[in-house]
Amino acid sequence: MKENWPKIVGFLLLLAAVLAVPHFLQFHHQDLLIFLVINVLVVTSYRLVTLTGEWSLIHAVMMGVGGYTATLLFRGFELGMWFTLPLAGLVAAAIAALLCFPLFRMTQFYFLIGSFAAGEAIRLCWIEFIIPFGGTGGLSGVEPPFVFDIDFLEPIPYYYLTLAIVGLCLLILYRIENSRIGLTLHSVHWKAPLAESVGVDTWRYRALAFIVGSFFVGVAGGLKVHYLGTINPNQFGIGFMVFILIWVIVGGYNRFYGPILGVVVLTLFDESIRQFEEFRPAIYGAVLILSILFLPKGLESIPARLRSWAGGGSDREKGKLTDG
Amino acid sequence: MELFFLSIINGLIQGGFFALFAVGLVLIFGVMGVVNFAHGELVMVGAYTIWLVHAQHGVAYIPTLILAILVVTGVGLLMERFLFRPTRNDPLAGLICSIGVLFILQVIATLVGGEGPSKQVPPPFHGTLVLFEFLRIPYQRLFGLGISVLALATLWYFLTRTRLGWALRAVALDREAAALQGINITRISVIAIGVGAALAGLAGGLMAPLTNINPHMGHNVIITAFIVTIVGGVGSLSGAVYAAVLYALFHTFVTVYFGGTVATICGLILMVVVLIVRPTGIMGVRVSE
Repeated sequence: MKENWPKIVGFLLLLAAVLAVPHFLQFHHQDLLIFLVINVLVVTSYRLVTLTGEWSLIHAVMMGVGGYTATLLFRGFELGMWFTLPLAGLVAAAIAALLCFPLFRMTQFYFLIGSFAAGEAIRLCWIEFIIPFGGTGGLSGVEPPFVFDIDFLEPIPYYYLTLAIVGLCLLILYRIENSRIGLTLHSVHWKAPLAESVGVDTWRYRALAFIVGSFFVGVAGGLKVHYLGTINPNQFGIGFMVFILIWVIVGGYNRFYGPILGVVVLTLFDESIRQFEEFRPAIYGAVLILSILFLPKGLESIPARLRSWAGGGSDREKGKLTDG
Repeated sequence: MELFFLSIINGLIQGGFFALFAVGLVLIFGVMGVVNFAHGELVMVGAYTIWLVHAQHGVAYIPTLILAILVVTGVGLLMERFLFRPTRNDPLAGLICSIGVLFILQVIATLVGGEGPSKQVPPPFHGTLVLFEFLRIPYQRLFGLGISVLALATLWYFLTRTRLGWALRAVALDREAAALQGINITRISVIAIGVGAALAGLAGGLMAPLTNINPHMGHNVIITAFIVTIVGGVGSLSGAVYAAVLYALFHTFVTVYFGGTVATICGLILMVVVLIVRPTGIMGVRVSE
């Protein structure tokens, strides 16, 4: 119990900082903060999918599925956010469940390309079928909830709401990862034949991770559209998918907090290079390449590296994204 | 009827271009195990070279085309040396590095050409070949088709009739066994990416007068290349060529009658179906992973 004290104090300090931070920011930065919290959920749910060793390229589109679901439900049936969010997640999970059948017949490279193709096909449907998806221009008119006297259109209340929902989702994701299921997912990644030999249905666990990850990213999509008010297909293109990859890889995906670290650090970095607007993709590209070449295990590996460096250089593990 | 024949001809010409960049992608993937996500951007760089040097500065088209090939090959070789070689043991790392390159090349293209509308290159060859009353082909397209076929034939000769080509195919089949036979893997990788990038540059240069040039044109190229590669069978060069021609005809006809987006959706669905039903593609052989 004793050694837990620093962790608890640290957690409380972090919580206090997270709760206090919007009050010190300008309006524009408050907006960004909300998107940052939503993106934390995006990368953490993506990590669940990658736990089994499969890197999908459909996660951004799944966020869009959630977003479009929330939009259509809000506009069509005037459902409030309390209903649209879980339904956004469920629809994303349902589509993921359908896609499991074709996609998980493949692994590695084939899965990567297959998931990309499936995602792009869904996204092009949003462009092509103007009714009901609104085409390239997308849809608008989604509003955040209005509860008692709190107007969630204001950034600070919506920030707290987002924080609460994302916090709950992170807690669930964390519990999943540290449960028996999470350990099985790890085993599917690192020792699939061995896992199969002791009776683990690897297909089922891969599918499970994919479906659950899609559920949470669908919720994230719903959260985003309820704040932004508009949605269009280009928000969920390969560009955003690449950002998710960059956040996860730069942060490091071996630990739960790695991707979160990545998204927070890179969002701050992004703000600091705002004046070089036209160079931003190139700077991101360079950061991605440099981090793959020189920090393959991500930012979260820095403390361990420093420790091993200070402790006389025990053999450093070479980072590797895939095994095989 | 006229539309029908025109679509066939246009489809064949498109097929030539598709084959050029898809074969390059297959070559790089086969030999190095890396999916080059920046392959579409290599085509884009080729097209931009034509726009900048030929259309803006008035250099003749054919020398500029050669320059475009050289520039893109240079970019490819730089990628091999600084990105793919250090990450050789990890295919996913190479893929992610190529995504980084994709962003960098897009920004460079934006800086060179500026934002704003897509660029057009006036066709250097004028006139139209009138085969029949209903069948007229602009010389520009005929030139593109001829050069594509020539380039693919040269590649076929290189791969099947020269020792270096055999070595390259040996590495693609089994890298370790090839190394044990004394084949220099690094050298073969350099050649593979050099040839792949040169073909991409050629495709970009040939397409430049026929298409809209903008920094994001690589997106459609890479989607097409993926579809063609998967349908043709990953690692099968002849499969990629057949698939390129078939897909181009398919895409042209669906575009003519239903629109471009529907054509791409159908192509992607076709690709997923092929992945499910026959993951090795129409010409593929099963290779050990």
